[in-house]
Amino acid sequence: MKGLPVLALLLCISSLYFVGLYLFVGGFLLVRLEVNRTSSCGDVLQPAGEPVDFCHVQPRLRRAVVLIIDALKFDFARYDHSNAAPRPYENKLPVLEEVTSSRPSHSRLYPFRADPPTTTMQRIKGFTTGSLPTFVDVGNNFASSAILEDNLIHQLGQTGKRVVFMGDDTWESLFPKKFHRSLPFPSFNVKDLHTVDDGILQHLYPTMTGDDWDVLVAHFLGVDHCGHRFGPDHPAMADKLTQMNAVIRSVMERLQNDTLLVVMGDHGMTDTGDHGGESLKETDAALFLYSPAPLFPGPPSQDEPEVVPQTDLVPTLALLLGVPVPYSSVGQVLLPLFPPHGQTEGAVEGLSQLEALWINAKQVNRFLETYSSMASDIPPENLSQLRREFSRLSDQYLSWVRGGGPPPPRLLFSLQSYLSSVRDTCRATWARFNPFKMAAGLVVLAFACLTCYVLSELSVVLIQENARRLRTPVVVALVVGVSVAVAQWFARGYADVSWCLAASALTSELLFFWTAARSASWLSHPLLVPPLVVSLLRCASLLSDSYVIAEGRVVTFLLFSLALYVPVHLNWCGHLVPPTPDPLKAAGLLPSPTLSSSAVRKETTTLVGGVGLLVLSLYLSLSFHACREEQGSCRPSPFLSPLSRLQDSQLKNLHYVLSVVSLALWTYLLKRCLSHYGNLNSSGGAAFTARWILPLLSVFLGIYWAVSSTPEDNFKDLGELIRLGQLTLPRAVFCLLGLGLFLIWLDPLTVFIKLRSSPSSRTSSLPPPRYRASTSMSPQAELHHLIPQIYQRMRRSLEDGEVGEGGGADGRPAVEAYGLGTVYSAPLLLFCGLLGVGLLLLHPEGMALSFLLLLLEMGAMLYIHASSTTLRGHHSGGFTVSWPPIVMWSLASSQFFHATGHLPTFPSIQWGAAFVGFPEGHSGTILPASLVALNTFASHALFAVGCPLLLFWPLACEVRGSRGGGGGGGGRACGDEDEDAVMEMRLRENPDQFSSALLQLSTRYLFLLGAQVFASVSAAAVLRRHLMVWKVFAPKLMFEACSFLVSSVFLLVGVTLVLRVDVAVAQWFKKVIPEASR
Amino acid sequence: MWDHEIKAMASTHAIIAASVFMATVLPAAFVESFSVYGTHLVWIYAVSFVVTVVSVAVFWLLGVTPPTKKHTLGYKLSRLFRCCLYFFLSCLFFHTVVVLYGAPLIESALETFSLAVLLTSLTTLRCLCVLGPNVQAWIRVFSWHGAMSVWDTCLQITVSCTLIGAWFGAFPIPLDWDRPWQVWPISCSLGAVIGFLTGLVVAPTWIHYHRKQLTYKCK
Ligand SMILES: [Zn+2]
Ligand SMILES: [Zn+2]
Repeated sequence: MKGLPVLALLLCISSLYFVGLYLFVGGFLLVRLEVNRTSSCGDVLQPAGEPVDFCHVQPRLRRAVVLIIDALKFDFARYDHSNAAPRPYENKLPVLEEVTSSRPSHSRLYPFRADPPTTTMQRIKGFTTGSLPTFVDVGNNFASSAILEDNLIHQLGQTGKRVVFMGDDTWESLFPKKFHRSLPFPSFNVKDLHTVDDGILQHLYPTMTGDDWDVLVAHFLGVDHCGHRFGPDHPAMADKLTQMNAVIRSVMERLQNDTLLVVMGDHGMTDTGDHGGESLKETDAALFLYSPAPLFPGPPSQDEPEVVPQTDLVPTLALLLGVPVPYSSVGQVLLPLFPPHGQTEGAVEGLSQLEALWINAKQVNRFLETYSSMASDIPPENLSQLRREFSRLSDQYLSWVRGGGPPPPRLLFSLQSYLSSVRDTCRATWARFNPFKMAAGLVVLAFACLTCYVLSELSVVLIQENARRLRTPVVVALVVGVSVAVAQWFARGYADVSWCLAASALTSELLFFWTAARSASWLSHPLLVPPLVVSLLRCASLLSDSYVIAEGRVVTFLLFSLALYVPVHLNWCGHLVPPTPDPLKAAGLLPSPTLSSSAVRKETTTLVGGVGLLVLSLYLSLSFHACREEQGSCRPSPFLSPLSRLQDSQLKNLHYVLSVVSLALWTYLLKRCLSHYGNLNSSGGAAFTARWILPLLSVFLGIYWAVSSTPEDNFKDLGELIRLGQLTLPRAVFCLLGLGLFLIWLDPLTVFIKLRSSPSSRTSSLPPPRYRASTSMSPQAELHHLIPQIYQRMRRSLEDGEVGEGGGADGRPAVEAYGLGTVYSAPLLLFCGLLGVGLLLLHPEGMALSFLLLLLEMGAMLYIHASSTTLRGHHSGGFTVSWPPIVMWSLASSQFFHATGHLPTFPSIQWGAAFVGFPEGHSGTILPASLVALNTFASHALFAVGCPLLLFWPLACEVRGSRGGGGGGGGRACGDEDEDAVMEMRLRENPDQFSSALLQLSTRYLFLLGAQVFASVSAAAVLRRHLMVWKVFAPKLMFEACSFLVSSVFLLVGVTLVLRVDVAVAQWFKKVIPEASR
Repeated sequence: MWDHEIKAMASTHAIIAASVFMATVLPAAFVESFSVYGTHLVWIYAVSFVVTVVSVAVFWLLGVTPPTKKHTLGYKLSRLFRCCLYFFLSCLFFHTVVVLYGAPLIESALETFSLAVLLTSLTTLRCLCVLGPNVQAWIRVFSWHGAMSVWDTCLQITVSCTLIGAWFGAFPIPLDWDRPWQVWPISCSLGAVIGFLTGLVVAPTWIHYHRKQLTYKCK
């Protein structure tokens, strides 16, 4: 068979997908490194001016009240006297206007511009760290969402300020244990407009009148939730804003002279009330500052900032309250709040404008230096320009400080523009979607799906012509990629890898379509067959957050529907019930049945049994699901927690016994299946693995579970032993697993031959082969035709041996070959089994039950597929695997992702898997990362490796069908019937069909997975403004992409194993046949 | 050639559809604060009951049911008993299938069972009326060449429409819209009834337009 073209094609198609994903993710997921350093009061910033930078001046204000009104758009805060008929959201906050006009030196109202992504969590990060948060802040641990970067809350706590928080409970998860006092209220339910706000109002005024606080943060959610629920243009919004107006008014009445009031929105909202994107409506919030004491030098003047960027609040508040500016802040102090130089004397204390800006610039410069030493994503030319500018400014400033006199006139302005350019550089690097990359990624992915589909339809032609057609696209793609790189190099001095990849992927896809269009027969099948509709529904479900949240059940529902569809469809086509001798056949309406009625009955029974088993395991698998935080009333499966955490010892024992029993069943079923097809008789590596390594693995795993769930304090003397066991047992399992997989690879054949009689007598007893009519056969062709003959004889003698000693009249059996009929599927099945045990090791013990269900479901699907193929009588054609089983297979891989306790969210990743066998932790990152990945995508890996089984199983089950087909004779059939029973040897007879069927199966599987990836990518792209984008869609995209990666790699492994077996079989025949036909 | 039968079918379907409509409207006169969402189970049972009674009456009057071979009272009684048994078994079957599809097992068992009763009265009952208590014939009817009369084809269409309607009815349940009709099993039973009504309309129409292609070998 043609192994290389198959592998090469699969590699090409998966790399197309990878390129598309890489492009999209590069444009969508904004990545930034976190700097894990904190500022402190004792810091001396270079170049040194004062002995201490941050805390040397008495702060102007002692206390601050920060009222955050979520989604307080700037339009909400504006007041327009001339507006006679205000909309529900207009003119509802008159207090702001009153104060700014009546007390101009006490208050200001600014537009407050947020950086995208404009979601609440990212914004809270933004205005507490002063940085530009992105989706992936590398360095943040995914398991908890706590902010580890330096931030204002941390600094306030460091300098001994008592921070009291009330409101949105997101803060509590971002700043665990950082508050002096904290009153969080649940923020999840968007429908609920009042719980959080009423909770705050109950505590706000008592707290303010008390003296147990320095900084009070209150985060109101009502406006935002009202926007999500009703939109801004709704009477409910008017009520909510009026309520907020009253809140601001009464807070102002309770303020004291040393206190600053900040009223702000974290982001705006669109006309539909959503946010998350980068339009002005979403980014422009309101910022209102007020203090009972005069805060500003005078009424608003010409050089007031038009818009205040959100990052600027952090350094401003820090310097006003006298705490260090957080390390990673890139904000700029709000100058109007600081007195100009020369006016610091008198009543107003604190830093002057120039001093504040200088400290600010030095802090930003320090951050820039640290960041650029860690990461290289800031363009070097910008960086060097910024450095030059800073050194110029510091020379100027220092010479002025030493010389005294009036400050240089342009210095203030230059410092400001330096700070702005740093922020702009950072923003250009981090906080912007790259729409071109996203679009390119989408296009490449869409075309990759289409390519995959066309490939699967064209597989026969492609294999026949040895995949020559694909050479041009690949070569051209390489040329285009390299030339784009060269062009970029000459034009800009550096090459952007992603654009080279995009160009080459796109050209190769387009060229492929062009060549494929010439052989137009590839769209012969109707696309809207029910199985494809089911997978379409599955893809469509990824576009809705509710369906993604309920994904586990959705997939189970669809799989169940498909399981019911198979028998119904067979019945509809008239294959399910044995045909009654009726006039229909005579009229030629029905094709004459290939199977006798007893065979049909038998296959039908198998089919119905398979469907029953599938349905049962589907239903049982629902009880192993974990829960997302969005699913309120859900309760996670009790099997998910590791045994060592169970307190009740009786329950613990029960769980342990259940797990061990299912592990034993897993092993037993695999061995039983292999020995049923006679694969355990040989003495090769694979058989050795099946006989010894697999049981040994299970035993070790069982002992490991026992050891790891034993509470150490109960067995003090055995503590050392337990620790040793926890270290060595998993490692032993890993080693055995590696050994087993290696042995399977080395010697995958599970065929055992027994020669009983001398070669001469055997040749004489042979019936003359029929094909001898043509004498001019090449040795290769002869070899191919000999195989069935040899196999027939082997099998006949094998069965003779089974039936009775020596068989009948034709003498003793000549040759016995065990397991030749399942020579391909046996090693693959064994590989799956071993891998399954290995993956089970990385899971909590209780998941053994779920893994057993997985095996049963796999078996059920294989048998359903096999008997429906037999019933439909498709053996005669190629080995094409139809869509329903492949769709079921791919759905099952997603279903068991959920049924093994995983969820597409970052907090649900089972980090414990990284420490199995490495309880002391790791030094590198690759090993733990791959362990966690294997744990997370275990079901994807197993189903992808096992995918080629779909091709083999109908052939492996063939014997049963034709045996039953013996019909009236009762005894074993002979002649034509017997020739049906070559099982998987049929594949060797038609190597071309074998290759094309394997290619078709893999491309179809990849197509289904790729369509899912494409759907979740489109969901993330289209819904990037959605409320749930960072909570649901973006994590789902990451998980979907990773699962595709794992699946395609393991699919390639499975296909490679099949090819390896094929090579081994060829060698074996070369060895056996000359001997046998001598 | 089947104009007569198609007309009979159309009028039968009109009667059944009207009865479903009455079952939705009339109970308001007897049950206080009756509404399809609010007192959903009452609605389900009203529809099931009315459809059962009307179908049995209409099909009996039309004489679609295959004639029994024996006319003894005992045979008729046993036939009736078997019909009732099949009806009940079919309720259990649908209940099981719906639970396997993901309906809560214990919490709202009554609601699930009511849905099963509704599905039975919309589908199985029709099979009973047209084919009699003969499972083999039921299985036969649902195959490509299995229909042996216009009524069989009509049965195929209405039953599959009902089941597909109920299947689609499950789709809105996970959505977070918080509508009253998303509560289990309202959307499914609504879907089933809508599918059933669609089937009632589609079946005569489809048969009318395809009457040239339809050939029934043995009646
Ligand atoms: Zn918000
Ligand atoms: Zn919001």
